[in-house]
Amino acid sequence: MDMAKLIEFRVNLLKERSSLLKHSVELVRGLKEAAIAVGQEIVKMTSNANSGHLGGSLSCVDILVALYFHQLNHNPRNPSWPGRDRFVLSKGHAAPALYGTLALSGCFPREELKTFRDIDSRLQGHPDNKKTPGVEISTGSLGQGLAVAVGMALGFKLAGKNNQVYALVGDGELDEGEIWEAAMFASHHKIVNITVLVDRNHGQNDGRTEEVMSIEPLAAKWASFGWKVFEVDGHNIKNILNVLDRSMENRSKPTVIIAQTVKGKGISFVEGNDDYHAKPLPKELVAQAIAELGKR
Amino acid sequence: MKNTINSPQLMSTRDAYGQVLVEIGKEQKNIVVLNADLSQSTRTSLFAETFPERFFNAGIAEQNMMGVAAGLATTGFIPVVSTLAIFAAGRAYDQVRNTIVHSGLNVKIVATHSGITMGKDGSSHQSIEDIALMRVIPDMTVIVPADALETKKALRATIEYKGPVYIRLGRPEIPVVTDEESPFVIGKADILRKGNDLSIIACGIMVFQALKAADVLVSQGIKARVINMHTIKPLDLEILFNAAKETGAILTAEDHSIIGGLGSAVLEALACKEPRPPVYRIGVRDVFGESGEPDDLIRKYGLSWKDIVKAAKEVLSLKEG
Ligand SMILES: Cc1ncc(C[n+]2csc(CCOP(=O)(O)OP(=O)(O)O)c2C)c(N)n1
Repeated sequence: MDMAKLIEFRVNLLKERSSLLKHSVELVRGLKEAAIAVGQEIVKMTSNANSGHLGGSLSCVDILVALYFHQLNHNPRNPSWPGRDRFVLSKGHAAPALYGTLALSGCFPREELKTFRDIDSRLQGHPDNKKTPGVEISTGSLGQGLAVAVGMALGFKLAGKNNQVYALVGDGELDEGEIWEAAMFASHHKIVNITVLVDRNHGQNDGRTEEVMSIEPLAAKWASFGWKVFEVDGHNIKNILNVLDRSMENRSKPTVIIAQTVKGKGISFVEGNDDYHAKPLPKELVAQAIAELGKR
Repeated sequence: MKNTINSPQLMSTRDAYGQVLVEIGKEQKNIVVLNADLSQSTRTSLFAETFPERFFNAGIAEQNMMGVAAGLATTGFIPVVSTLAIFAAGRAYDQVRNTIVHSGLNVKIVATHSGITMGKDGSSHQSIEDIALMRVIPDMTVIVPADALETKKALRATIEYKGPVYIRLGRPEIPVVTDEESPFVIGKADILRKGNDLSIIACGIMVFQALKAADVLVSQGIKARVINMHTIKPLDLEILFNAAKETGAILTAEDHSIIGGLGSAVLEALACKEPRPPVYRIGVRDVFGESGEPDDLIRKYGLSWKDIVKAAKEVLSLKEG
C-alpha cells in the first residue's frame, strides 16, 4: 500500500476500517513507509526550526504511526469527533513526531510542518491542545500526561463508553513521582481502558537512564503497581500491531507496553547519541539523514 | 446592600461548600469530586456519602489528582477538586498551570484552610501565597467568598461558568455578612457599605473585619465604603476605579501575604490611574505564620478590625485635598 492510499484509508477510516484489521503484509509495508516519511519530516522540522528534540522523536515514530494509522479509532477529518480513542503524548518534547504523524494522517496540511516553532504557528514547541487540531491535551512539563490519560479513561468508564485511551511516556520521564501516583490510581480504581506505551530508549537529557536514575526492574515495577505488562521491539511494526492486539484481550488491569527503542532511530550518527536529545542536525547533515531514513 | 454582621449565624465557608456540593450533585449528574485523603477536612465527605460512585479519593497525591481531573474534564464531566489551599496551589502548581489551565479545561479547584486563619497546624499549612500563585496564571479565575452564603452562590456560579476556577475557602466559623438576595456574578464586586471618605476593599474572611472597622469609623465620623472583592481575577475594575475617584483613598484587606494578592492586584490596576489614590495594604507582612487560634493570629499578624481602623486613618491622612 502506498502512502497516498494509506492516508486515504485513514480519512475513510470509519467506513473501511474492517478491511484492514488483519495485519496484512501490505498494511505493515504501508505503515513502514508512513514511519519513514514521518521520520524525514522530523529531521526537516527540527532542522528548519533549528531547535527541537530529535532523538526522542525518532525513537517513538513507529509506535505513533502504528497508533494513528491503525490502532486508534479516530477521524483525522474531524479530530474532535467525540467517539474517538484518545492519545496523550506525555513526553511532550516529542512534539515533532506527533505533528508529523497527525499531518500525514490528515489532521492538518503537511505543508504546515514547516512552521514548527515559528511565530504565529499552530505547531508549538510542545503540544498545545488549544492550537493544534488532533492534540488532546497540552504537555511538556514531564510526568503529567499519564494522570490525564487515567482521568480520560475514568471518564469513559463512568460514562459507560468504550473509547480506549493511549499514552506514550518516556523512560526518563518515569523518574517523576506523578507517574507512579497515576499508576497507583489506575489500578486502585480499576481503570482498564488505558494502554501506556513506554518509549524505552535508555536515554534522557543528561545521558543514559541507568546512569542518571535507575528505573529497572521496570516490568516488575509496573507489575507491582497492579498493571499488566507487555514488552515489544518498538521498531518492529508488525510486532507493535500484534502486541497492541494481544493487550486488548481479556482486560482486567490497566496495561503497559514497554517498547524497546533506540534514540535517533534510523540515522547512524544519531542513534544512541545523547548529544541529539534536544538538538537538531546541523544543516550539512540533513540530506544524509533523510537518505538514511529512506532506507529503513 | 443590607448586611447582617451582627447575625448570630456562624458558619465556615468549607461547611457551606460541603452542603452546596451535595445539592449541586443532585441536580447535575456530570459533577464528579476528587479529594486527596482529606475528605473530612474539605467537607467533600458529604458528597462522598451521597454519591460514592462519583467520588474519587486520589490518596495523598495532589499532582495526580489534578491530572486525573483534567482528563475527566476532557470527557465532559465537571470535576471539583478539593484539598487544602497550601497543597492545591503549592504542591500541584505545575499541574494546575500546565495541564489544567494551559489546556483550558473545565476543572473547579476548591481549596480549603486558606490563609493564616487556618490556625493551629501552623505555618507549614497556612497558605498565604495561593491567591498570588493562582491569579498569575493566564486565563485563571480566582474567587474568595466572604462567608458561607456567598460560598454557596459562588460554587453555583463557578459550575455554570465554563473554564478553570480556583475558589479559596477557610476553616474558621465566621459570621454571614452577605445577604440572600444579592446575586453573585463572577468578576462583579459588591458594595456592602456606602461612604466617600475612603474605600476598604476586602476579600474572604477579612470582609467581616472590614465591616466591623467601618462601623467603628462611622462612630468617629469617618464614612468608609466597604467593597467585597470576591473575585480577585478578573478584578472588578469599574468598582475599583469608581472607588478611587469618589473616595480618593484605598485600603485593602486579605488573609494572605501583602505580596501578590488582592492588595497587589488593586495596586497594579491603579498604577497608571491619575490621580492615583494612596493605597494601604492589610495582610500578612511577608512573614511565615505560626500555630494559634485564628483570633489570636488575626491580632498578632495585624489583620484585625482594629488594624484596619488604624490604617484607615493613616491612609486618610495621605489623601489629597
Ligand atoms: C518536569 C520537567 N523537567 C524537565 C524537563 C526538561 N526535559 C525535557 S526532555 C527531558 C528528558 C526526557 O527523557 P525521556 O522521558 O526519556 O525522553 P526521551 O529520552 O525519550 O526524549 C528533560 C529532562 C521537562 N520537560 N519537564
